[in-house]
Amino acid sequence: MADKKIPEVDIIVDEKAGVIKEVEQPKKLRSKKGHERRVNGTIYTVLTIMSIVWLVPFVFLVLQSFRSYKLEKGGMVDYLIPKTFSLDNYAFLFEGSNFFSWCGKAMLLAAAVALAATLLTHFLGRSLDRADASRGKTTLTLGAAMAVCYAALAIAAGAVHGQALGQRLVPALLGLVLFTAAGVIFARIYLKQDDKLLRSLPGYVAEDKHEGAKKVATLAAELWALALLCQCIVAPMQASQYIRWYGNTLTIALFTAVIQTVIVLSVSYALSRLRFRGRKLIMNTVLVLGLFPGFLTMITLYFLLKQMGLTQAGAVPGLILIYCASSGMGYYISKGFFDTIPKSLDESARIDGATRFQVFLKIIMPLAKPIVIYTVLMAFMAPWGDYVFASYVAFGHQEGYNVAVGLYNWVNTNDFQNYFTRFCAGGVLVAVPITALFMALQKYYVEGVTGGAVKG
Amino acid sequence: MVDLDYLKLSKPQKMLHDLGQFFARLPGRIGGGLKGLALAVGRCLKGLGLSIADLFTTFKNGDWKTRLSYLVMGSGSMARGQWGRGLLFFLFQTVFNLYMVNFGIGYLSKLNTLGVVETYKEGRKTVYGDNSFLILLYGVLTLFFVAAFIYTWRVNIKQNKISQQLLASGHKLKSTKDDLASLADSQFHKTLLALPTLGVFVFTILPIFFMILVAFTNFDYNHQPPAKLFTWVGLENFRTLLSSGTASYGDTFRQVLFWTLVWAFFATFLNYFLGMLVAIMINKKGIRLKKVWRTILVMTIAIPQFVSLLYVSKMFAADGLINTYLMKWHWISQPIPFWTDPGWARFTIILINIWIGIPYLMLIATGILMNIPADLYESARIDGANAMQMYGKITLPYMLFVTGPYLLTSFTGNINNFNVIFLLSQGKPMGLAGNAGYTDLLITWLYRMTVTDTNYKIAAVIGIMVFVVLAVINLVVYNLIPSVKNEEDFQ
Repeated sequence: MADKKIPEVDIIVDEKAGVIKEVEQPKKLRSKKGHERRVNGTIYTVLTIMSIVWLVPFVFLVLQSFRSYKLEKGGMVDYLIPKTFSLDNYAFLFEGSNFFSWCGKAMLLAAAVALAATLLTHFLGRSLDRADASRGKTTLTLGAAMAVCYAALAIAAGAVHGQALGQRLVPALLGLVLFTAAGVIFARIYLKQDDKLLRSLPGYVAEDKHEGAKKVATLAAELWALALLCQCIVAPMQASQYIRWYGNTLTIALFTAVIQTVIVLSVSYALSRLRFRGRKLIMNTVLVLGLFPGFLTMITLYFLLKQMGLTQAGAVPGLILIYCASSGMGYYISKGFFDTIPKSLDESARIDGATRFQVFLKIIMPLAKPIVIYTVLMAFMAPWGDYVFASYVAFGHQEGYNVAVGLYNWVNTNDFQNYFTRFCAGGVLVAVPITALFMALQKYYVEGVTGGAVKG
Repeated sequence: MVDLDYLKLSKPQKMLHDLGQFFARLPGRIGGGLKGLALAVGRCLKGLGLSIADLFTTFKNGDWKTRLSYLVMGSGSMARGQWGRGLLFFLFQTVFNLYMVNFGIGYLSKLNTLGVVETYKEGRKTVYGDNSFLILLYGVLTLFFVAAFIYTWRVNIKQNKISQQLLASGHKLKSTKDDLASLADSQFHKTLLALPTLGVFVFTILPIFFMILVAFTNFDYNHQPPAKLFTWVGLENFRTLLSSGTASYGDTFRQVLFWTLVWAFFATFLNYFLGMLVAIMINKKGIRLKKVWRTILVMTIAIPQFVSLLYVSKMFAADGLINTYLMKWHWISQPIPFWTDPGWARFTIILINIWIGIPYLMLIATGILMNIPADLYESARIDGANAMQMYGKITLPYMLFVTGPYLLTSFTGNINNFNVIFLLSQGKPMGLAGNAGYTDLLITWLYRMTVTDTNYKIAAVIGIMVFVVLAVINLVVYNLIPSVKNEEDFQ
């Protein structure tokens, strides 16, 4: 009791006296462990409560998506857990489409061709180069992975363009060229050390002594890509409304991801590494333009798109154009990243006779992997949540909706009183793959976000 | 005040003093700015004069190739063997001439009236007159085109002059092949920026210019082209939006602006401090499952907002889960008016925004917290500082310093945060004049003006107002935040 009073007195007398600490120290040491435990306990409690709050809406969303709109009510009810769990809402999303059989066929075809291709590669490769025994297995796994990717693309293309052959052919071919090019460039830059993936990519031309085998692999991979493409061209999918929206969004997201990344990287590289007249002017202009609200120009954009025939039925290419056209203005984060790469790297390469283009492609790009992935991720995720432009450009034309517009109408329009649980089901199907993708690439997201925030 | 006095002040006093100083210096700065502007204009005029003089001397000293280029762009380059450049110049001139003759002149000449020929009906046939929208849009485009043409023409002549000088001094000119090769090297920026610049020009700059001009016209539901004409009205729309009196556009504008600023303030700073708090908690030594906590919180970033926000907005609805369960448990007898009462709606929106915003800030704060040198804390602990003191003297200043610019962009972003408001409440409850609701931000009001009310003229004015507000905030803050003022503080 006595020594408890002393510091109090001391505090009153002289705030700066070091004595207080000396008096209090032993007591502090004694209670330190208990104190620590109490603090940690509080933190755990807070974090647990937060986690519950954070997860509860999503759990509710999933639960309600299982409440049948046929057996129970599809609208708002006063209970959470459905009386019977049913998949009616999910079934509704696919109603009237041959989605599963179409996918089945596409997958089967892809698998068959992939198998044939890999076997071909394996045996031919073995005869050309007996030492490399692991190739068959690698190619098999990667071939399968690529098959899945292409299938996703083909499904999207099939879902979007169920009408005329010409309409299907153009985007499918365009997609194939664009994504093959993007894939090859990405692989060439980032997969130098272990070019396992590289070997199975279509369009890859081998350089070293295993040339023959790799060429065969390339050929084979291209074969199955083509087979898949044929499937999506010859047999269009009968899409339900929801599948069409989903396909629209997926197509937009894929195209935007590739094109926007190219644009953003070009602009940020130019502004970060190159010095030219008008550089400051460009940066200041972008700064000022950024202060205008984005929706201000909606009617003008709509008009411009309409002149090009890219509204309503053509909403998908129209939206891709809108998302990509102005994306050069979002260069801040990747420019910040480029700024941190030492300039001496460029200079030494320049002395060795590299052109600026070569420096960009061979020196900077390999170092910029995190920011490339961040940019792709952001560009891919943004179209999933866009309501404003998507609804304005599609303008009541249901075929041109994306998921956000379609599902928004299901909950916020009076004609769809009982569509609430179907909205939940649709939302779950959107959220699951996007969340999985985000979680897988979370590391890069954090890197981009923190870098961007620190540099402003 | 002397420096020494300033140092004695406490933190808030310092801030106040800084702010006071800022406004005290404002007139001087504006004066300085104007003076700078006048100087710049003077310099421009002088440059223009020199440029014109140069045109004459070049013509006088030029050979026939150079002189021909005055009339036919690119002819000089082609005559000297630079086919690539020459053709480009020539092509540009041809396109420009064709455009001007076919469209440009017509639109340009109507730009002052925006069209006078009304659309009328002749029996059952509609005879279309002038289309004000097209006249304005293509008029602006033509103006840009003319400016581009003059600039290109000037470049063309300058090149001739340089080529002529080079040849005279015995140098060789660049061939088309060299020109193409330079696009991957010394002119690489042109390759990289050509497409993005074109995109930004057509889809951002041109539309923004157009909309700024719309703010000075009477383009609305009563004046929809092609059926009706619209025309210039001067500052009329600005007067409408800034008018006084209750239940007017002016009144609504002030209310919406006030709520926009309040919202942006809370959405930025509440999330900022709470997010930082969460980051500190998760990163505290001895806390386990760090990754799990982080992953759970990040869910709200990963899941597309239209799913999560639409669902949550339904959860809080009058017949939503929260109200029905609270009533079932007899905690309340009436549903809580989350979305129907202005106060509640605003509160709920800010609350839900915390749910969306904290994880983002947590990630940023985590990254920065790791970067704070550990020895700062070590020495603080040796000096006997407690957790709160360390937070106030080390963590917070460091965070504020590093994230100063981020706070500004975040505030700007929140003023234009369309998604949260629109997906949660659509601006409801309604009740303000000009078809605005109590939770409307300027941006959602603008959206409704454009899409539902087709009141484009007021929408354009609101857009300009948002720009003005943001510009003012940015200017003031850039002059106040420490990251800009003393860059060396924490380095």
